Amino acid sequence: MALTNDEVKRYSRHLIMPEVGVEGQEKLKKGSVLCIGAGGLGSPAALYLAAAGVGTIGIVDFDVVDFSNLQRQVIHGTPDVGRSKLASAKDRLLSLNPHINIETYETALSSKNALDLFKPYDVILDGTDNFPTRYLTNDACVLLGKPNAYGSIFRFEGQASVFAMKDGPCYRCLYPEPPPPGLVPSCAEGGVLGVLPGVIGTIQATEAIKLIMGIGEPLVGRFLIYDALRMKFRELKLKKDPDCPVCGTHPTVTALIDYEQFCGVAPAATEVGVSTASSETETDVKELKRKIDAKEEFFLLDVREPNEYQIGKIPGSTLIPLGEVPQRVNEIPRDREIIVHCKMGGRSAKAAAFLRQQGYTNVKNLKGGILEWIDKVDPSQPKY
Amino acid sequence: MPNKILIPTPLRPFTGKQDAVEVDGATIGELLANLTTKYAGLKPHLYNDQGKLRSFVNVYLNDEDIRYLEKEKTAVKPGDTISIIPSVAGGYTGV
Repeated sequence: MALTNDEVKRYSRHLIMPEVGVEGQEKLKKGSVLCIGAGGLGSPAALYLAAAGVGTIGIVDFDVVDFSNLQRQVIHGTPDVGRSKLASAKDRLLSLNPHINIETYETALSSKNALDLFKPYDVILDGTDNFPTRYLTNDACVLLGKPNAYGSIFRFEGQASVFAMKDGPCYRCLYPEPPPPGLVPSCAEGGVLGVLPGVIGTIQATEAIKLIMGIGEPLVGRFLIYDALRMKFRELKLKKDPDCPVCGTHPTVTALIDYEQFCGVAPAATEVGVSTASSETETDVKELKRKIDAKEEFFLLDVREPNEYQIGKIPGSTLIPLGEVPQRVNEIPRDREIIVHCKMGGRSAKAAAFLRQQGYTNVKNLKGGILEWIDKVDPSQPKY
Repeated sequence: MPNKILIPTPLRPFTGKQDAVEVDGATIGELLANLTTKYAGLKPHLYNDQGKLRSFVNVYLNDEDIRYLEKEKTAVKPGDTISIIPSVAGGYTGV
């Protein structure tokens, strides 16, 4: 696939390096990468893949650009808020490089479509933000023999590796099973430093580009951990697990499975340590408002972090972050009803379950957390 | 002599926000037992109800996965660093 004169001009800084040269650039032009997600990781990755001249970039996403995305999802701009992420990303990538081909798939990746979607691509770039899609991406890559340029981020920490290469480990060799839902805090609750996905997504793009050109040493069998606060990179060794259920010597997973169920997030599943919600264990913001207005006696416990409390609070609440509840349990009265809340109801459910274990008999979780309070009771407060 | 255990971001709320703690022990198992005695809130995150290390939490002695050493019986020398590496996912809203 010969380069046009315009392309030679555009890629000259690649072409003058012997490691890339015309041959490498032509491989990139012929090459293809499928980005799972056009979010924090997919944004910088797709931008660099496009700039580098990867001939076909596919993107799978079904989300819409939101103001809260812009702090890190640099492929989208303020005028794109409300647009589909795919339309926004495609415009941006083609304005960056009109010589490439952008394929968009407005769908949720599923066990039904993953193999067909992955098949035409050389490299899959995992920018997923949830466990079911991550295990699905991993398994589909292993089944098809496609390299998976993997990245993951949380707060100030990122991880990257290349999985599912022949003789290399896969994500399941590292983590055979996902955590039950609720045990690992989410980005929406945990937050993420905006530049962090920039670093990790760019590492994923670097690996994809190297794999397509066949140069350098891929990040296979190595797990890179980046701590932005300490500005440290660490590398851990990864081994292919001979007992791995998907890439081991006697695989038990030979076709895609139901990953929602595998990760315990099927609609019927209940949270860890939390019994099925009922009026005994749960209350809602309207009932809370009524209690406050009626000046009923109860203890409103906010288990978010102090910085979240600064953004907004429900009047009369006492702040004890979830992690401090076990040490500060004596600050929580036993002689009245306890209503626990957080941002969306996940952390408070864990706190409520803990308090019940500690012998508290009248503990209720506030459904939907402060976000629902803002939606239904006090819209003057900012949502975060 | 105590060894350094590096605490990953999601578990720092349970170690008083410290990113590394010093704990005594001759093996990984002893170190982790002492760690979870000192910081009780960590225990359910590292161990399941049967007292076994959870499969989505990996423990490394320096850069080696203890699953490929002697697991929790792996001996620890002075100066060794232990890392706890749980699986994390970005905008996971399952919680």
